[in-house]
Amino acid sequence: MEKATRKTVVRLTLSTIAMFVAVFTIMPPLYTLLCEITGLRKVGGAYEAEEIKVDEERWVTVQFVATHNEAMPWEFKPIDFKVKVNPGQKKVIKYFARNNSDKAMVAQAVPSITPFSAVNYFHKIECFCFNHQPLLSGESAELGLEFVVDQDLPKQVTTITLSYTLFDITEQARGELAGLH
Amino acid sequence: MAHGPAHGLSRWLYTTNHKDIGSMYLWFSFAMFFLGGIFALIIRAELFEPGLQIVEPNFFNQMTTMHGLVMVFGAVMPAFVGLANWMVPMMIGAPDMALPRMNNLSFWILPFAFALLASTLFMQGGAPNFGWTFYAPLSTTYAPPSVTFFIFAVHIMGASSIMGAINIIATILNMRAPGMTLMKMPLFVWTWLITAYLLIAVMPVLAGVVTMMLMDIHFGTSFFNAAGGGDPVLFQHIFWFFGHPEVYIMILPAFGVVSAIIPTFARKPLFGYSSMVYATASIAILSFMVWAHHMFTVGMPFIGEWVFMIATMAIAVPTGVKVFNWVTTMYKGSMTFETPMLFSIAFVILFTIGGFSGLMLAIAPADFQYHDTYFVVAHFHYVLVPGAIFSITAAVYYWLPKWCGRMYDETLGKTHFWLAFIGLNLTFFPMHFSGLAGMPRRIPDYNPLFANWNMMSSIGSFLFGAAQVLFLYIVIRAIVSGRKATDRVWEGSHGLEWTVPSPAPYHTFTTPPKVD
Amino acid sequence: MLGKSKRLLVLPLYAFLVALLPAVSWATEWPLNMTEGVTSVSREIHGLHMQIFWWCVVIGVVVFGVMFYTMFVHRKSRGAKPAHFHENVTLELIWTIIPVIILVIMAVPATKTLVHIYDTDDADLDILITGYQWKWKYEYLDSQGENVSFFSLLTTPTSQITNAEPKSEHYLLEVDEPMYIPIGKKVRFLVTAADVIHSWWVPALGVKRDAIPGYIHEAWTKVEVPGVYRGQCTELCGKDHGFMPVVVHAVEQAEYDAWLEGKREKARAIAEAVKQTLTFQQLYEQGEAVYNKNCASCHLADGKGVAGVFPAIAGSKIATGPVADHINRVVKGGVGMPPFGEQLSPVDVAAVVTFQRNAFGNNMGDQIQPIDVVNFKQGQ
Repeated sequence: MEKATRKTVVRLTLSTIAMFVAVFTIMPPLYTLLCEITGLRKVGGAYEAEEIKVDEERWVTVQFVATHNEAMPWEFKPIDFKVKVNPGQKKVIKYFARNNSDKAMVAQAVPSITPFSAVNYFHKIECFCFNHQPLLSGESAELGLEFVVDQDLPKQVTTITLSYTLFDITEQARGELAGLH
Repeated sequence: MAHGPAHGLSRWLYTTNHKDIGSMYLWFSFAMFFLGGIFALIIRAELFEPGLQIVEPNFFNQMTTMHGLVMVFGAVMPAFVGLANWMVPMMIGAPDMALPRMNNLSFWILPFAFALLASTLFMQGGAPNFGWTFYAPLSTTYAPPSVTFFIFAVHIMGASSIMGAINIIATILNMRAPGMTLMKMPLFVWTWLITAYLLIAVMPVLAGVVTMMLMDIHFGTSFFNAAGGGDPVLFQHIFWFFGHPEVYIMILPAFGVVSAIIPTFARKPLFGYSSMVYATASIAILSFMVWAHHMFTVGMPFIGEWVFMIATMAIAVPTGVKVFNWVTTMYKGSMTFETPMLFSIAFVILFTIGGFSGLMLAIAPADFQYHDTYFVVAHFHYVLVPGAIFSITAAVYYWLPKWCGRMYDETLGKTHFWLAFIGLNLTFFPMHFSGLAGMPRRIPDYNPLFANWNMMSSIGSFLFGAAQVLFLYIVIRAIVSGRKATDRVWEGSHGLEWTVPSPAPYHTFTTPPKVD
Repeated sequence: MLGKSKRLLVLPLYAFLVALLPAVSWATEWPLNMTEGVTSVSREIHGLHMQIFWWCVVIGVVVFGVMFYTMFVHRKSRGAKPAHFHENVTLELIWTIIPVIILVIMAVPATKTLVHIYDTDDADLDILITGYQWKWKYEYLDSQGENVSFFSLLTTPTSQITNAEPKSEHYLLEVDEPMYIPIGKKVRFLVTAADVIHSWWVPALGVKRDAIPGYIHEAWTKVEVPGVYRGQCTELCGKDHGFMPVVVHAVEQAEYDAWLEGKREKARAIAEAVKQTLTFQQLYEQGEAVYNKNCASCHLADGKGVAGVFPAIAGSKIATGPVADHINRVVKGGVGMPPFGEQLSPVDVAAVVTFQRNAFGNNMGDQIQPIDVVNFKQGQ
């Protein structure tokens, strides 16, 4: 093989490998970053509550809904369906969950916010979705969420909807069940 | 010292000759074209009338999936690699490909990939049934067990394509005859060079995304599962980051083929050579910035939707430049209409129609009505069938005399053209209407409202299929008993490949030609 | 007279045009175009669609015009001698700039419509749409938490699909429980899915939104004309992707209110019925209806199933085993079967379990009451 050819091949092979590795290592975080910038999704943990001014002039409706992912035999619903808050005002609401199955299970609630223009301005200070939720058969629990709506929320947004989808993750989280017994 | 090929099976198994490997790629892709065509005809037969007649819905989904996969990865891509193998060394005055042994390997793993893929049809739970776009979680949590074999098959196809691309780039960059500067290369070589770079960039992405699926399915990760912190939409982003450039991988070499054929039969040099090169390069670059136009209805923030709409519309500009260049090449030429020219002209017209519907689909708000309907099916078949398939067919008619030293039968060739042309339009034009009327894609049964258009499509598809059987006959007849071809073959042909005898000797340009 | 080669070129074009002719005469059987729809958004989209279409026609006429002119005039058979030009910077600049201008002209109204679609003003009514394999669930959100929720399933009988009976007008586009919305009111759809990705589409409303498991996205509509609007799932979601239609009844506010009250009434009646004891005959008959609607598409009307994919009910271990396991399977699903506990009322579950245990030669002789199902669901 000629020297020039070898150089081309090495370079191309390396870029192939680099692209392949990039798919795993760069694309998911890049996607997360893009989601944050554009407001497609918001991932990440608790919001560090800053001292923010409460805008008492303005009211925003926050609506709560619940969805069960298909194989989830739990009862799961918001206790507070709709609240009106001022931007900057901290608020606590609750969801209700009961394990109606005959065995202990672990669930994970996945939050999702709409519209897109509100995604970056809805902050969860404390949320049950940060943790796995184990429940014994027949056991029930009230799940709390503390949130604050940012005062920079775009003016045209008057209603924010927060949805939780409950997934069964018993298989993946066997270890946590052991602690329950 | 030049020597001829070995004899028997070992010639084909161990060959490192670019012409042998090119022929094998072409025959393989021809076989896959018929296999994918059979899947398509099963789909069209089921859709001939409303109601379920021939297959049940799950098998129908397997057919749509396999049709897409086999046509994209088995028919179109290997055919272009085959053409590159045959023509690129001859066009740039090289004795062979830069990496002949790897060339052999990259072909011979393909039959295994497709045997693996086809074998899933006989597995418990059936073949992949989640569409050629295999969106998670339908292709992960809800997939049949054969998905693992599908993933391995995709890995092998990807490896083959990447090796092929590396080989082509290495050949073009390092093996050109003295005097063959980059801007003197035939446009087919240019488009393939750019295509090969696209392949290097996106085939690893495809390999990556199926590997992520594999890990989600078998190793408990959750890249695409919301429960574990993943996102099914991430799959679509990565897939289309591969998928959109992939579309251009299937069309750029076609541009090259047509840019070789039209000047030959217009007896006039290609108009705007350098703008063709720049247009091809800009299409390739833009193709990385438009992927989310496949996802307008998924839900994106306004700004995302808007940016992808504008970027997609921008692609119309370089594509338009190409069409204008082809038309201007014909203008004031001295045209004759042999079969390759007929296919090339049909390419320009029908590809432009596909481009028009592409422009309509680019308009994000309108896409809310078009998305995932038969309008989209009509669009991409107008781009790929007259685009990729017609250009490959034109290339075969154009270069076959050089490959085997014998002419095809012109009357039969023209008959093939008209049957294919009518069949194609009869099949795919009505799909615009059924789509606009509200028929979603990938459904095995439909409301009688769409019945007439579907029946027309089905009739057209069988005509198109029959035309391809004729094509096979024409090719075999030419090879076996065609009239002897001259070295120039065509009156208006230009380029190094026409300076060697017909059929091209087993080894060409062992001493590099001189290019002024 | 045209030469032979020209005739060859022209005849198929005629044939093609003639083949398209019937389209002009029977527009209803040969639908040609996108619906204008009944909302401001759908009308704007239709306008955009037509505008781009005519631009394409104009460009097509010019480009193909030049091309066909060239093909007829600059033929070797007519003695045309080839010119040798192959570059013209002015020309190339012109045909780069003109398309850019046309694209800008197209982008302006498209952007306006897009802004309109992304409007987030408060809605009068919020409906949570959840896609399931292969049905839709509609939940009308109520500020007091008294949500009305129901599933919407295809009602086209299997006999029509398998061509045993003639197909009705709304074949595959008819459901048992359509969505009702009031006209002239802004309705917000919150769209999500419970298993795979689906897509909720009603062409007349100009609304298409993918339903993604774990995530919620919104869309809105304001219907101006009362009527029944039909659509389908548009994202491949598995076997019965083609069999999960959407039907929306847009009605006057008063009719809507009455319908909603009726739904609430029915929910109360079900709660009441759960307390009753039904006779075996009642259970069996209702169970048969529930079975044909919900179970027969996989387990088949004769309970024989499909070998290797959908197990038979006839003689099955579940249907002839302990009652608790049987209720468990219907309520929670398993081994590839979706759960029906949410979709079917306790009365329906009791009925279908009773039916399955006594039909298809299973003859278990037992009967299950709605209260058994309620007790089971509460884990007692």
